[in-house]
Amino acid sequence: MPPNLHAFLILKAVRRKTKNKRKIILLFSKRCLHLHPKTKNQSVFRKMTNKIKPFRAYSIFATLFLVLLSTLTFAEINEPTHEVLHSDSAMVAQPHEENNSEKAVDITAVAFEHILDSHSWHFWGEGHHSVAMPLPIIIYSNTKGFQLFSSSKFEHGHASYNGYSLVDEKIESIDTNESIVDLSITKNVAQMLLSVVVLLLLFTSIARSYQKHGVTSAPKGKQSFFEPLIVFVRDDIAKGNIGEKSEKFVPYLLSVFFLILINNVFGMIPIGANLTGNIAFTLTLSVFTLIITNINGNSGYWKHILLPKPYYMWFILMPIEFVGIFTKPFALMMRLFANMTAGHIIVISLIGLIFVFKTIYIAPVSIAFALFIDVLEVLVAFLQAYVFTMLTALFIGTAVADHHSDESHAGADHH
Amino acid sequence: MTGSIAAIGAGLAVIGAGIGIGQIGGHAMDAIARQPEATSKIQTAMIIAAALVEGVALFGVVVALMSK
Repeated sequence: MPPNLHAFLILKAVRRKTKNKRKIILLFSKRCLHLHPKTKNQSVFRKMTNKIKPFRAYSIFATLFLVLLSTLTFAEINEPTHEVLHSDSAMVAQPHEENNSEKAVDITAVAFEHILDSHSWHFWGEGHHSVAMPLPIIIYSNTKGFQLFSSSKFEHGHASYNGYSLVDEKIESIDTNESIVDLSITKNVAQMLLSVVVLLLLFTSIARSYQKHGVTSAPKGKQSFFEPLIVFVRDDIAKGNIGEKSEKFVPYLLSVFFLILINNVFGMIPIGANLTGNIAFTLTLSVFTLIITNINGNSGYWKHILLPKPYYMWFILMPIEFVGIFTKPFALMMRLFANMTAGHIIVISLIGLIFVFKTIYIAPVSIAFALFIDVLEVLVAFLQAYVFTMLTALFIGTAVADHHSDESHAGADHH
Repeated sequence: MTGSIAAIGAGLAVIGAGIGIGQIGGHAMDAIARQPEATSKIQTAMIIAAALVEGVALFGVVVALMSK
């Protein structure tokens, strides 16, 4: 039956019985789809819709997630003004928040509170309404030995406990003769432990499924998300920069890549800690890179540093090359730290514009920009993990490279 | 006073990054126009180079923040 005839018959039917208009229109639209050459029968049409459905569900989920993310970020900094308004109108006399109403919202303080480490995991709220998880405090003092207690004992720095007090997130002893070493599980440490647990669970389950099924079938579930990343690190980053000896360094590169990646992503969640924006964390990673690079450096690498080629330039080039050993990991450390910290500061500053201008009309602009920066930060989260791993591989590659074949290449990397 | 000087420093860092990323983007576009089939490779290299330039600019931003 030609499609035009279909349309004609349906139109006739519409004229005859217009009781259930909606049903007929539906029927009509279904018939019209037959006009398209590719959708010859109903099953093809069904297949098409089946294909579209999961994609649509996914995109709705992604949009919701982004909206939620931006509102959560918003809500987090929204709290201080609530407090201000509250004490402004009701004049509630609170002992330590007297001049809150006159004080402008200090965005820098809010930003730094989000970026820096803390002895309690602050979720939301301000003052007495804040919701925070106290974390264990472990200190070693030269007089009292090891001590372990909860950070809730300090009551956000308002109380002292056992001769110790918390001043600007730093534990100080009342006794001046006592010197203490703070080994506490801070917010950053707690997040690192959490991310390690997540990574262990994820990768052991992935490894187990490879053990069970081998590589005979296509990867499923989380395996299919992580396999391309793992293969990318192994083939493109490790093999591409190190060469044949890359096999030995793949475990380290994979660990670094996924540790940085997962912590970058956790840091973007509003209640997450800014671990990769902590210089101690990036310092530790870059020290690992420094040690691994120099332990595996072959004679060619050391000759290049200690006896650079034009011998009459030795006394200039040798110190430069020697300092170069340390500047490369230093740049790695600074790059990751600065990128992640700056990203967080930019998002908070954009949201903070609302409170600086004290008007709600700036909110759409700042939320839109914050959302844009947040999406950009997703890219940066992957990119910084990639850049750190790639440069680590590059440094290892120059250290283990065969000197004869790669002389010009190794020379080019230093300039 | 130190705050405004830090702001000038941050601005100078941004100028440097702008020149750097502009150069990278412009030359990458030239390269893509010459060899459209190598687009993906050029894009990857471009993003890495842009990230490195951005990293250096962020050093400036962080120093400006810290001096406050």
